[in-house]
Amino acid sequence: MSELQNERKTLWQDYKLIVENGLWKNNQALVALLGLCPLLAVSNNTINGLGLGIATLLVLVLSNVLVSAIRNHVSDEIRIPVFIAIIATMVTVIDLLMNAYFHTLHGILGIFIPLIVTNCAILGRAEAYASKNTVDKAVVDGFFMGLGFLFVLVLLGALREMIGSGTLFDQAHLMFGEAARSWTIHFSDDYQGVLLAILPPGAFIGLGLLIAFKNMFDAKKAQKQQNQLGIQVAVTPMATK
Amino acid sequence: MSVSNNYQLLLKTMFNSAGKLTLFVLISIILLLGVRYITAPAIEQAERENLLNTFSQVLPNEYYDNDPLQDTMQITDTAYLKLLGSSEAVTVYRAYKNNQPAGAIFSAVAPNGYTGNIYILIGVYHDGRISGVRTIKHRETPGLGDKIELSKSNWVLEFNGRNLRDDNDPRWAVKKDGGDFDQFTGATITPRAVIGAIKNALIVVNDLGGRLYE
Repeated sequence: MSELQNERKTLWQDYKLIVENGLWKNNQALVALLGLCPLLAVSNNTINGLGLGIATLLVLVLSNVLVSAIRNHVSDEIRIPVFIAIIATMVTVIDLLMNAYFHTLHGILGIFIPLIVTNCAILGRAEAYASKNTVDKAVVDGFFMGLGFLFVLVLLGALREMIGSGTLFDQAHLMFGEAARSWTIHFSDDYQGVLLAILPPGAFIGLGLLIAFKNMFDAKKAQKQQNQLGIQVAVTPMATK
Repeated sequence: MSVSNNYQLLLKTMFNSAGKLTLFVLISIILLLGVRYITAPAIEQAERENLLNTFSQVLPNEYYDNDPLQDTMQITDTAYLKLLGSSEAVTVYRAYKNNQPAGAIFSAVAPNGYTGNIYILIGVYHDGRISGVRTIKHRETPGLGDKIELSKSNWVLEFNGRNLRDDNDPRWAVKKDGGDFDQFTGATITPRAVIGAIKNALIVVNDLGGRLYE
């Protein structure tokens, strides 16, 4: 009985670790810096970011599941081509579904949907995690890695949209139907917009700021822990980090 | 003996791997064909609606009662295609009301935008006046040249109801060049390109005349 409880406990800890890694510690966009091409290109408004984020998340979960499910049937020599075939298939499926049911949004995200194939984060997770772990863990990993990526895409999109155009959730109707037209928030009637935020440099500057904030937050947290541990940490050599 | 064994083993692994890879690719192909089969009608429908929706912006729905998607003609004459900025045949969608020609919708390209091609959809009434113009695709500078989009500015509405008297009609230029149309602050190249492309398109329309609706 206690063995089972222990097992459950370790499983729960495993999951918790996966969630932490996906959302924060190993965030694919802020820490691993993977998938930057679509991230920087599509984050000029919130809805575009959300659309690409959801598509990427779906691909990541599906490819993780399939890669994990076949991991014992594929020899090392052919694993990469098989992973790529799986990812490419999943992306094409999502691309077709979006084209059929979210046609206008598909038109806007355009080339970036097929380009999910080249998002290193997806092959990265397939190779580094899904091919070595059970299906249940691979699903959780895919979902939270995808969620971490989506979170950064939406945040960066919202930042750039607010500064660049003075709006939020513009064009929400492309995703949520005509009723969502009224969701758009205009902060000011005669806001001219900061062009730089919408242009590519704005993406780089915005992402840089997000990474800086994350590092600042982590450093503060580490500092706090150090202060609490006091002298014990003070003697730990830097190199062990 | 051992060499031959190794060889046998290698061959076996090779065939095994190749077989599995083929199997995975086959499964992928079947899956994709299935999804494509299921989504194809929906995609076609969405594209159709999209096109009709854009049509209604350049030629109001009440002006016609036929289905312009079903009634088309191709412009293939190279002199015309040059004026329309296209290298391949241009499809003209024709609108009729009570079987009388009402107008036509076609696309044109302004090759001389500030950042490459500007794709324009043009609607004309039967008498050669512009019924509406929309930019479909462009890469002009956001905040400057993108005022050619209706969502950014009403500039494209200036074209409504205008016609071209002759090939050198001086009104078809920005005010800076002595014409009728507003330029944008900080961006003259973009409106010049759009005005030029629409003017050229009207030259084609005037030249074709009644042949457009035959």
